[in-house]
Amino acid sequence: MKSKLATLMCGAALAMTGAHAHAADMADSMTIVSWGGAYQKSQINAYAEPYKAMHPDVEVIWDESSNEAVAKLRAMNEAGNITWDLVDVVAADAIRLCDEGLAMEYDPDELLAAGDDGSSASDDFGDLIVSDCFIPQIVYSTTFGYRTDMVGDTPPTDICDVFDLEAYPGKRALEKRPINNMEWALLCDGVAKADVYDVLETEEGQAQALAKLDTIKDQVVWWSAGADTPQLLADGEVVMGSTYNGRLFSLIEEQDQPVAMLWDAQVFDLDGWIIPAGLPEDRLARVKDFVKFATDTQRLADQAKYISYGPARKSSAPLVGQHADLGIDMAPHMPTDPENSKNTFLYNYTWWADYRDDLDAKFQAWLAQ
Amino acid sequence: MTDATNSPSTGPMLSADGTPLKKSLQIALRRQKLRALALVAPLLLFVLISFIAPIADMLFRSVENEIVSETIPRTVIALEQWDYEDGNAAAPSDDVYAALYVDLSEAEEFKTHTRLGSRLNYETTGMSSLLRKTGRGIGRMDTDEYTKQFEALDPKWEDPAVWVAMMQSPGVAEILPETASAWQSWQRIVANKNDVLAEEQPEDFIYTMLYRDLIAQPASAVAAYSGSGAEMLQTADSAVDGFEAISLREQFLDIDEDWADAQIWGTIKAFSSPYTAGYFLSSVDLQLTPAGVEAQPENQQIYMLLFGRTMFMSMVIMGSCILLGYPIAYLLSNLPLRTSNLLLILVLLPFWTSLLVRTSAWKVLLQQQGVINDILVWLGLVGDGDRLVMINNQFGTIVAMTHILLPFMILPLYSVMKTIPPSYVRAAKSLGATNWTAFWRVYFPQSVPGIGAGSILVFILSIGYYITPELVGGTTGTFISNRIAYHISSSLNWGLAAALGTILLAVVLLLYWVYDRIVGIDNVSLG
Repeated sequence: MKSKLATLMCGAALAMTGAHAHAADMADSMTIVSWGGAYQKSQINAYAEPYKAMHPDVEVIWDESSNEAVAKLRAMNEAGNITWDLVDVVAADAIRLCDEGLAMEYDPDELLAAGDDGSSASDDFGDLIVSDCFIPQIVYSTTFGYRTDMVGDTPPTDICDVFDLEAYPGKRALEKRPINNMEWALLCDGVAKADVYDVLETEEGQAQALAKLDTIKDQVVWWSAGADTPQLLADGEVVMGSTYNGRLFSLIEEQDQPVAMLWDAQVFDLDGWIIPAGLPEDRLARVKDFVKFATDTQRLADQAKYISYGPARKSSAPLVGQHADLGIDMAPHMPTDPENSKNTFLYNYTWWADYRDDLDAKFQAWLAQ
Repeated sequence: MTDATNSPSTGPMLSADGTPLKKSLQIALRRQKLRALALVAPLLLFVLISFIAPIADMLFRSVENEIVSETIPRTVIALEQWDYEDGNAAAPSDDVYAALYVDLSEAEEFKTHTRLGSRLNYETTGMSSLLRKTGRGIGRMDTDEYTKQFEALDPKWEDPAVWVAMMQSPGVAEILPETASAWQSWQRIVANKNDVLAEEQPEDFIYTMLYRDLIAQPASAVAAYSGSGAEMLQTADSAVDGFEAISLREQFLDIDEDWADAQIWGTIKAFSSPYTAGYFLSSVDLQLTPAGVEAQPENQQIYMLLFGRTMFMSMVIMGSCILLGYPIAYLLSNLPLRTSNLLLILVLLPFWTSLLVRTSAWKVLLQQQGVINDILVWLGLVGDGDRLVMINNQFGTIVAMTHILLPFMILPLYSVMKTIPPSYVRAAKSLGATNWTAFWRVYFPQSVPGIGAGSILVFILSIGYYITPELVGGTTGTFISNRIAYHISSSLNWGLAAALGTILLAVVLLLYWVYDRIVGIDNVSLG
């Protein structure tokens, strides 16, 4: 009897160590890097909390360093000590990190879950996988908001109203970098949408874009942080300004400011994850497990409850519901909503990867003059 | 004792134990010096390891440029024979394309070609995507024709073991130099994949190099070889003349026509040395082009403007700190201790507040819908339509930075003024000096060391300032440090950032030297 019990207990102990060994293949903690603010909160609510409910022994550490993720990852790589497990970056940074060999290349169909509608991950994300290292998460747009009380009876409906100082006098907030601004300037200077990058490739085209921006240069407040424009709009410092659509959503719906959206010629951009290259196996296994969960159809749709960014999966779109606190329908606030995306502009990643250094030098020199 | 006093002229003075006094003094002093060194050693080591070494390492990046010669070593050597001339006809020979083919085949495996692309893209726009695209296309070139033709000649060419045996035989490197060189790349590629060399069929670039070697070698040289695979080589050597040749140049042009552009090759050549002056040239609005050093196009010149602006605004900030800080420090040092302590806390209070909070507070005060403008409009001094623009320009930067740096001026001034005895001024007055003369001739000269110390502190702190100009500087109030930060964190052009930083450091040291010559560093006192 006694020996039987001992055998049983031995067996149970063995089984337990077996189960334990399986869990020990994955690290018990991971450091996720994101942007902070409402966006990070939406990720915690939609991805991390449910994941922790399933794996209570996993500790998730959040770091709000996405802003300088590229530089920090490079420094970590040079020091040979990568402390991050998963990093949230915009697509352009993901391309840069991939080029530098700092981000891990992955196979979408192996790493990511198939869509709820049965489509494979690579089909579900489609061409939003703009780099071999980039795991798309949301579609956001850079677009304009304007003060409803400062534009008279005819609110702006056209992107070119930004350049119209007579109809809409007052200051405008634009981002302190050439990306988006140069494209909008050309669009409003009579260049067809399809030709924008061809024109911008030439010296004359660049001069043309800067000349168009010159017409409003005195009336521009240049921002560098996404929170600047909402603050400037709320204070009435500017009559209109560009920023990320989620920031404007929270200004309009959550803070109830007299501001409205100008969706015309909004520029779509992507944000997503990258896994740093060179992670030890146990940490990599944990991250892969998390990413598979956090980018499945339901989780991406859940994130839209907290912030007005469009899920990157096609299969998530029908599942987008209502705001978690306000109870309003989120679909009409998505940049991808048909009503909002009548006229959109696609940001050309590969083009900017080439021209970014050159145009930035010209743009900054133009600004400083 | 008696020896030393009685025979002063017979030799060196000796100490009690007979050694010359000079020597024993030296020993005693050396011991003292060593003890002093041992006492400072922990701090010295700490400063060296955690401060000097990282800074030196960062500054070294301003000239370091090994990435080109490390990523495409064969191409760099092959390009030595080629001279840049403007125009497409001047693109290099097929040998260079062959070297690039092998280099990129290896770089693609290690993913270093894209890093090279981002490095060269700082110099010539388009290099980034050119190399990314070429990396993708390099495995799909038509060079598999060579592989097929060799295999058709003798199926043993497919056998990796045959290759390994042949490439290990002595003498093979002499008759097949390019193949041997490419074979080393192949070894590294296989090792990186954790595969076994004897089980992997070589990739097309090995066969391509074999073809090139056999074409280039006279038949006698191949016939003289007797190592492993000699027979196969001789058969192949007599057959290669009949092989269908693939122009590597055409293959590269198929991937991207830019490979025919002499400008691209010129850039690679200009930046092929392991050390470059390119970053320093860029930081003074010059550029290293294939044709030599040129001025940047006017619409890209920015750094000299920013250096000048940084110096000028730092001077203005330093000046306004002196103007505002001197009376306060004077007041503080002449009040009774209890009152002056209270006032000193008021000076220090903002010092203890977060920099960001203070900068944001200035935003609230200075903006067009801000407190100051509201008051001015309410008083009727300015119209509602033309509120003053006091932020996002130089004015805003100067105001905010003067406020932030003011304690650094007041504190040294105060501590120096505290040590000036009031009796001197009283004595001057009793000898008939007016208030002004007593101050200007007696008091002020004694407070100059405080001004010197405060000025150096404020000036050096302000030329390195970055957050405040970024937040309130707009476009006309930004400093050179904002561009350095941009290159560190966004463009990843650390070489340029290091060069800009080195120049800034050199300018500070130079100004410090000038200051020392004019004012004298002995005249600086922190109290």
